[in-house]
Amino acid sequence: MSEAQLRYQSQAVAMPYFIAAIGLFVGQVLFGLIMGLQYVWGDFLFPEIPFNVARMVHTNLLIVWLLFGFMGAAYYLVPEESERELHSPKLALALFWIFLIAGVLTIVGYLAVPYATLAKITGNDILPTMGREFLEQPTITKIGIVIVALGFLYNIGMTVLSGRKTVISVVLLTGLVGLAVMFLFSFYNPENLILDKYFWWWVVHLWVEGVWELILGAILAFVLIKTTGVDREVIDKWLYVIIAAALITGILGTGHHYYWIGAPAYWQWLGSVFSAFEPIPFFMMTIFAFNMVFKRRKQHPNKATVLWAMGTGVMAFLGAGVWGFMHTLAPVNYYTHGTQITAAHGHMAFYGAYAMIVLTIISYAMPKLRGIGTAMSNRAQVVEMWSFWLMTVAMVFITLFLTAAGVLQVWLQRYQPNPMPFMATQDQVAIFYWCRQLSGIVFAIGLILYIFSFFIKGEQPQAEPAKA
Amino acid sequence: MPDIFTKTMARNIYWGGSVFFILVFLALTFDTTQRLPERDHRENITEQVALGKAVWEQNNCIGCHTLLGEGAYFAPELGNVYQRFGNSKEAIKGFIKSRPVDGIPGRRSMPQFNLTEEELEAIAEFLKWTSEVNTENWPPNING
Repeated sequence: MSEAQLRYQSQAVAMPYFIAAIGLFVGQVLFGLIMGLQYVWGDFLFPEIPFNVARMVHTNLLIVWLLFGFMGAAYYLVPEESERELHSPKLALALFWIFLIAGVLTIVGYLAVPYATLAKITGNDILPTMGREFLEQPTITKIGIVIVALGFLYNIGMTVLSGRKTVISVVLLTGLVGLAVMFLFSFYNPENLILDKYFWWWVVHLWVEGVWELILGAILAFVLIKTTGVDREVIDKWLYVIIAAALITGILGTGHHYYWIGAPAYWQWLGSVFSAFEPIPFFMMTIFAFNMVFKRRKQHPNKATVLWAMGTGVMAFLGAGVWGFMHTLAPVNYYTHGTQITAAHGHMAFYGAYAMIVLTIISYAMPKLRGIGTAMSNRAQVVEMWSFWLMTVAMVFITLFLTAAGVLQVWLQRYQPNPMPFMATQDQVAIFYWCRQLSGIVFAIGLILYIFSFFIKGEQPQAEPAKA
Repeated sequence: MPDIFTKTMARNIYWGGSVFFILVFLALTFDTTQRLPERDHRENITEQVALGKAVWEQNNCIGCHTLLGEGAYFAPELGNVYQRFGNSKEAIKGFIKSRPVDGIPGRRSMPQFNLTEEELEAIAEFLKWTSEVNTENWPPNING
């Protein structure tokens, strides 16, 4: 069987997951543009789509499309790693539709009725879980997510456990189980705000600075094995070291969220020390990706995928690592906590680490899933690589402008001798919001180009042996 | 990576390191929960404060505001709004009540949530309670 075809038929279920991920990504960016405009044009779409609704749609779509991407990645790579068909492709397809319909209904709910009405009709009073950042979904949706996650883990777990067990598939499975387990804390919502906040971070931080890094590492390792032909033993060792560094720094690194929310002061020391090391796993990912590509034993015809993989390493390090470190030490965070600095870090970290790894696996898998071959035509790849640069550079500028807004905000509102009120400060930094909006438009153009690249036909590039 | 550093060693660091730090984190969490009562003054969480938190959540206030620095950065910090409004619950209630339905031309404006008197009183009590939590002197000043 040639490399150009799917090795296992059941890998095909990944395709609808990837298509849905891209579709929801478009929605996320659209609502990002709406919010960006509301920052400078306060009553834009008011009161039809108030800022809080647009933000909820923006962040929830992000989470959902990344989850679609992770699930698609698992369905694609687990059969190949386990050397067997997926336990149940039918279950995978059924769960796809359940998740998509539940997701779309939730978003429609956000947009169609006031949030308080949504809380009422979905029975939030029975088990109140709504109205907390990123966990705004109605309780019934959260239960749906748990059911989908359980079915998904059963399907993937059965495949992994009864097939060839590789480091990649076991690490991926560990990450996915962790994702599901930590999500259960979203059902814990005590009357005490401080306890609520403390354990809210067990979902949010232990996802993005914990178990998601396992998923990221596993997908990156899989793509690097496939595109560089480097020995699996070498890749496995890197993967272990990266995820070890991620968890050793990241678990106690949770402390950097506990400085100012009522927790004891010792978290200022613990959080500062451990989170200061959190860039290390991301730095190693960059070194890992570049090293493997330099050591490659073959010239993979899918150059776009290799670009995405290396880009993930660099941007994850910059966004999560460098921009995270910038405001993680307690004395700095005292002034930057909850400002545009946080927004700047959030944007580049999510794009660099998680959006880009999903786009990497999509870039690798899609040509095969569509029966095109190992890679898209050179013309299509050139457009895809243009979209990579447009989106990535635009995100760098979004981050830089938000950082500038944040530094100025901290100075005006919190640091100078006569601190200004919040809204007066916002007026002062508006120019940076305008610049951010322009960068956002460039990002959207990049995304349009990205989608366009899927429809470009042309001749298949041939694999060539690596130059000695 | 050099060959003296084997895959088994890497795996052991991953497992050993993770398990060790999970246990440390659980121990610290236990210690934190023991110390929290004197910092969050939970004895003051009345039914009204609890209702206020529910009102806060059911209207997705976190979608624009920060509360103790967490949330969205579109509207002011509310962890110390009680003090900013002159230690006045009436001022908080009055502000929420007076929001124009159609907003303010060209400006950001809080939506009109049509809260009942009971809900207004509850949200004000909730924000007052929040402002009394020991947050290690955060935010840096009254502007939040």
